[in-house]
Amino acid sequence: MLRYIIKRLIYMVITLLATVVFLFTLMEFVPGDPALVVLGEGATEENIVAIHKELKLDDPYIVRLTRYIGNLIQGDMGNSYKTRQPIAPALFARLPLTMTIAVWGIIVGTIIGLIAGVVSAVKQYSLFDRILTFISLFGASAPSFWLAMLFVLIFTLKLGWLPATGSYTLKHWILPVATIGLQASATITRMTRSSMLEVIRQDYVRTARAKGQTQFKVVISHGLRNAFIPILTVICTRINGYLGGTVLVESVFAIPGLGNYVLDGVKTMDTPVVLSGVVFICFMCTIVTFLTDMAYAFIDPRIKSTYGFGVKRARKRAGLVAKATEGGNV
Amino acid sequence: MRENELLSIENLEIKYILRRSTVNAVNGISFTINKGERVGLVGETGAGKTTTALSILKLIPEPPGKITNGKIMLGGRNLMETSEKEMRKIRGNDVSMVFQDPMTSLSPVMTVGDQIMEVVLLHNDMSKSEAALRAREMLELVGIPGERYAEYPHQFSGGMKQRVLIAIALACNPKLLIADEPTSALDVTIQAQVLELIAELREKFNMSLLLITHDLGVVSETCDRIMIMYAGRIVESGPVRTVYKNMQHPYTIGLFNSLPRLDIDTDRLEPIKGMMPDPANLPAGCAFHQRCPQADERCAQELPPLTEMENGHCIACFHAIDKERSDG
Repeated sequence: MLRYIIKRLIYMVITLLATVVFLFTLMEFVPGDPALVVLGEGATEENIVAIHKELKLDDPYIVRLTRYIGNLIQGDMGNSYKTRQPIAPALFARLPLTMTIAVWGIIVGTIIGLIAGVVSAVKQYSLFDRILTFISLFGASAPSFWLAMLFVLIFTLKLGWLPATGSYTLKHWILPVATIGLQASATITRMTRSSMLEVIRQDYVRTARAKGQTQFKVVISHGLRNAFIPILTVICTRINGYLGGTVLVESVFAIPGLGNYVLDGVKTMDTPVVLSGVVFICFMCTIVTFLTDMAYAFIDPRIKSTYGFGVKRARKRAGLVAKATEGGNV
Repeated sequence: MRENELLSIENLEIKYILRRSTVNAVNGISFTINKGERVGLVGETGAGKTTTALSILKLIPEPPGKITNGKIMLGGRNLMETSEKEMRKIRGNDVSMVFQDPMTSLSPVMTVGDQIMEVVLLHNDMSKSEAALRAREMLELVGIPGERYAEYPHQFSGGMKQRVLIAIALACNPKLLIADEPTSALDVTIQAQVLELIAELREKFNMSLLLITHDLGVVSETCDRIMIMYAGRIVESGPVRTVYKNMQHPYTIGLFNSLPRLDIDTDRLEPIKGMMPDPANLPAGCAFHQRCPQADERCAQELPPLTEMENGHCIACFHAIDKERSDG
């Protein structure tokens, strides 16, 4: 268990480091003088030199990179060129908004996706299956901003049931979460369906039926459990996608989330905001991936036992059973 | 119904209805299995053996499969009229099945012990720990140390997995065990062990056994009675000794000729010429006539019925019946 976690953690650190170096280097190629971004139009030669000195912009690439990484480790993500404010607090202030949409969207999407996928696999080629396939194809191919606008058009403008923007009560979350949820459910439905179709033809499903197990349990505890790894992978990639990628949905619903913050940085050439924002999103993605890796091990005993997980529990269980035998004999 | 009769199948017909064609998997077979009797069902791949077996548990994948005719009686109950809910009580409890491929027949994410416990819990009013205890006993009964209860199928070899499947099948003390080519996927050395185990436990629990195989040697060792199936029909059946000594159907004779024999110095085995007819497109008359050396016009037009000759020896061949009658 510990070996597996350590291995995954090391991968995580390496991934992060590589991402930071790559992004930092990429930002080097952004044209224009950062001092001009800080000062705006009408900057004087003197001011520009002063800013260069203050922000240590003239240091060599490697020195600035090491300094950036060093600061990152201490939790300092640098300051915005535009506002001269530190970036980290701004990011953390926006995090809950993005997380709310992403997490609830994924939860909604997973619930819908799993149910729809399982049902359409069990009732393959039925009318229900065909309708679901159509909806999920639609959901997966429709761009999120378009879907978001469609929702606003129908539910806000036509029907007037739900607000599109504004202060955040439950009502305000429905549309953004529904947008993300529908999109996530489309991908999850398709993966669940294809994975389940493969699994329910397996011999062990027939064994379970031959035991006299109920259809529901056959499908869930023998089918879905075995089909879950690819589904989990899709869910994980969706979460990662939404952590950074709700920009378009945030724009439509005017939610000041992470995506919007980074997008503003791009618009104003605010390179530290873009850099630190993307690094932060990457950081969260690696955490999600790490957690997914952990989950794999708990779902699939073959991964678990490779790293000696669960052996303790198994022994304990066998021990318990052994005790029961002794008890029975006495 | 006779007193000691456990299973009786009458005129069973099973078809797989596909979009373009209909596969006639089982074409009107009738047989009975008595209590405690061991019956071997032999035939080549595609003869309808597994379909017949699955129909007893009503586990034919439907669609495309469909039982189009016939009656399956189990201990006086007509399974054709039994609801799915009632069937679930029969599966694993009254009738159990051991499948062909042990490598894929166990769920990879559950411990073997839990997989045995599952069937125990389904059919017995037991607490989880009692069921676990029973599962452990079953493991030991099939020759696996009880400590391995909490291990997963990937930690077992093929032969061990088949033992686990046997443990699952026997955990609820069924009246009938169906073993569908239980040794086909195993090494020759393990085959004997597994067959011995089945024979031993069958004796112990006094179950009936329906052994599906294409190994004639296995049948002679483990069964009382043999049924030879060809293209969805039984072509010859009877007590093992009688059939082995006095085989009559040209297909049975062909099967035996294609086996190497120890007592005769054979250079070359004689396979049966040709292929089994496409079950989606069966010929008229006797299904074997295209490959049969004795076939004449009558064979191509009329279907020979399964006729009892003597001592329960049944044959479905005009020539064999005529010969037998003229001899008798």
